[in-house]
Amino acid sequence: MKFGVVRFPGSCDEVDALMACRRFADARLLWHGDRDLDGVDVVVIPGGFSYGDYLRVGAIARFSPVMAAVKEHALAGGAVLGICNGFQVLCEAGLLPGALLPNSGLRFLCRQVDVEVVNRDTPFTRACAGGDTLSIPVKHTSGRYYAPEEALSDMDAHGQIILRYAPGHNPNGSVSDIAGVANRDKNVMGLMPHPEHAVDTLDGSTDGGCLFESLVEHVEEMAERVAGAHA
Amino acid sequence: MSGSATVAPHRALGLTDSEYDLIVEKMGRAPNGVELAVFSLMWSEHCAYKHSKKLLGRLPTEGPHLLMGPGENAGAVSVGNGLAIAFKVESHNHPSAVEPFQGAATGVGGILRDVFAVGARPIAVLDSLRFGELESARSRYLLDGAVAGIGHYGNSIGVANVGGEVYFEDAYEQNCLVNAMCLGIAQEERLIRSAAAGVGNLLVLMGARTGRDGIGGASVLASAELDAGDDSKRPSVQIGDPFEEKRLLECCLELLDRGTLASLQDLGAAGLSSSAAEMASKGEVGLDIDVSRVPLREEGMEPFEIMVSESQERMLCVIEPERLADLEEVCGRWEVRATAIGEVSASRRLRVLDGAEVVGDMPVEALVDDCPLYDLEPQAPAEQIYPAPARTLESEDPHDALLALMGSANLASRVPLFEQYDCLVGSRTVRRPAQADAAVLDLAADGAEGGIAVAIDGNGRRVACDPYTGSVEAVLECAANLACVGAEPLGLTNCLNFGNPEKPHVAWQLERSVAGMADALGELGVPVVGGNVSLYNESGEGPIYPTPVVGMVGAVPDVGRVSGTGFVSEGHTVALVRAPEATVSRDGSELAKLLGEELPAGLPEIDVAATWRVIEAVRDAVREGRLASAHDVAEGGVAVALAECCLAGGIGAAVSLPQLGSDQLFGEGVGRFVVSGPVESLEPLGDLAAAIGTVGGERLEIGECSWALDELREAFGALALAFP
Repeated sequence: MKFGVVRFPGSCDEVDALMACRRFADARLLWHGDRDLDGVDVVVIPGGFSYGDYLRVGAIARFSPVMAAVKEHALAGGAVLGICNGFQVLCEAGLLPGALLPNSGLRFLCRQVDVEVVNRDTPFTRACAGGDTLSIPVKHTSGRYYAPEEALSDMDAHGQIILRYAPGHNPNGSVSDIAGVANRDKNVMGLMPHPEHAVDTLDGSTDGGCLFESLVEHVEEMAERVAGAHA
Repeated sequence: MSGSATVAPHRALGLTDSEYDLIVEKMGRAPNGVELAVFSLMWSEHCAYKHSKKLLGRLPTEGPHLLMGPGENAGAVSVGNGLAIAFKVESHNHPSAVEPFQGAATGVGGILRDVFAVGARPIAVLDSLRFGELESARSRYLLDGAVAGIGHYGNSIGVANVGGEVYFEDAYEQNCLVNAMCLGIAQEERLIRSAAAGVGNLLVLMGARTGRDGIGGASVLASAELDAGDDSKRPSVQIGDPFEEKRLLECCLELLDRGTLASLQDLGAAGLSSSAAEMASKGEVGLDIDVSRVPLREEGMEPFEIMVSESQERMLCVIEPERLADLEEVCGRWEVRATAIGEVSASRRLRVLDGAEVVGDMPVEALVDDCPLYDLEPQAPAEQIYPAPARTLESEDPHDALLALMGSANLASRVPLFEQYDCLVGSRTVRRPAQADAAVLDLAADGAEGGIAVAIDGNGRRVACDPYTGSVEAVLECAANLACVGAEPLGLTNCLNFGNPEKPHVAWQLERSVAGMADALGELGVPVVGGNVSLYNESGEGPIYPTPVVGMVGAVPDVGRVSGTGFVSEGHTVALVRAPEATVSRDGSELAKLLGEELPAGLPEIDVAATWRVIEAVRDAVREGRLASAHDVAEGGVAVALAECCLAGGIGAAVSLPQLGSDQLFGEGVGRFVVSGPVESLEPLGDLAAAIGTVGGERLEIGECSWALDELREAFGALALAFP
């Protein structure tokens, strides 16, 4: 089981994500200029300001060579997790519905928030305990999730809304308190909170760990299924 | 005909006639335009420290943990296991007064470059800000812009902003202060110096292209008083690009990992001129620079403009010629521009070429070492020179006074600022801003045994009351903040923000302040590793409060045992820890300010040794993991400290103090702490700790006075209004 964390020029939390992944499995960095994912099982697109976030957050990163490989990986059913800027990149790349707009307060905001796991039946949340509220920090300027009404009800109907800010914790004006969403197939997920900053008791919370644990369980189960099918 | 047309060029560039005569003498001829521009910057206050260098020699610069002292881009201390922490604080006051967002942003960019120029990866930023009163629209504009600029640069480049301080006083109305501090981590053996070495080696300019931004910034902006019409100086303020710097940073660190570089230097004030001259001076060599090879942002730039441009995000390195291909490969990968613009010579001269033509030829020694150093002519003013603050609190009732203090701009919660900074990136932050008196960083993943703590402090009004004692307090206050998280000081960096040193009373403030700092540091055995001096912080209204800002880094052996500010558990004993003979007074305090009282001309003398013993005792108790909470009593006195402990912990307390006068409740004086814990946890503190009450409930009760936590919380949130 191996995580691959993409490093764009301008990524900031790639080493944080790498260290968090390594608590649960192998992990390595993937260079933005490479088309090869080196056989990783899960791709993590980390936080930061890819390519300076010029033009619009995440808008340039989607054109990078590595993103072509990430798209192929996702289309083949591979798991992709986008955190913060990674979420923005995945929306720009069309792998996730919706968009991230500037915070309603128009300022950068770094704050510990509570988020509720809405759907536990995904590769990203299967290890999260039922009824859990996760204490995870957010830190962003453009984290206000938006999708048109119609798309939202469609997403809701298909269980694509994975995380919501707990009542009173929506930090950015996101529609329906949405903090994290998945694609229809549930193999691509993006979230604004930073689970990699909530994996150690010294962080003040270890609640982010269940996302990484979930992915490890998922990949191991898939491997067993494949092994079973070949037996 | 306007008067300015007749001003001699050297005067227009800020040089005196006698300085000009000395340049002619050192050159053996009159300097040409390029040379005069370079000299004017190298001999400016900002680069040459001509009014402060003699004084700075009084500060202690030796210590058991010191690896690199003043003179390099940043100083460094050892934190064990072969690891070094490099750090420095620097001002960007005048640019921020002209354009707060870019001024503050490039202040952060500049201090980051100072730290990675010594080979350290920046891991934390702190800032120290001063503005006029919040009632002033200009102050709110400057605050908003500076905070946004600091956040923009630090957040974008991915360096955690772990703390800082901000004060609002009328004395800063026309001249705000923006000081930024950066810490970096490196393997000790990888620390690199800036001395150019190896005749025939190449001088390579990396990073952004050179434009006309910031030309003359060092002399025009940094070394003259601000006055009306400063908008005309806006073209002298540099524009920052954190994405450019992020790539430059990663690129330089990779080049250092590979051992590609012989030396490295950032480009700051006075651009290429200063960086090249400093590198040549330290290496006792010469440098030839061909300005025609410098990549330019705009056409038609004159050689002198290229030499003095302060365009941001540039670094200068020296490499052996055979390593150029290696350098180009790494720079190519990070998309960082790198151009060989010159080479090291044996001449000990800085030669400026424009293609084949020599357009400037100056002795390095004259540029770096021969600027005349001036003796200050200090004279104590006959009386306090600063006017009394405007009275904003009418009632002297303790209940009203505490609420007014908690809601005052100087004491209200800084969370509305801190939330605009990423304090987490890097995954080292164990104590975030507002959780404890100092930030705590875990260095385990870097290979260290424990971690470090860092705090930044300075109270200009106290220094205005008494430059000597106020500066002693600044050092002790910073050490007290570190003690609250169990940290032992390793080194200190300072930024001396003062007015015009040519004025006798400002010279006196500067001289007394440095003396106080030197004496306190001598007693603590803590060295100064480097810093910055910012003079001429004046406007037509007079000088700012003298504001020495100190940043201190300390060692924390076990970050898991660190306590925080907030009370933790019902039933814990609350104790006041202090030297029995500690003097506490309302003079010069925050309460005195709210009541519009005159600033006293002098503060009570401090017994530094006795205060240090108290600080050490608290530090040891925290290190042993005995205390549930520890908080230093600072502005607003014991009552404010207790209220802060309650709010941080979300739990009340009931205490009784021997006397309940405003001196006892709100008086200030360094070396006191509010701690809490199980009663037996206080035993090792002995006579230093006096049990004064118990944690619990929803109210703070001090004797017969009582406040609901909610009303304290509401008052404490006042600063949110500054960020609508």
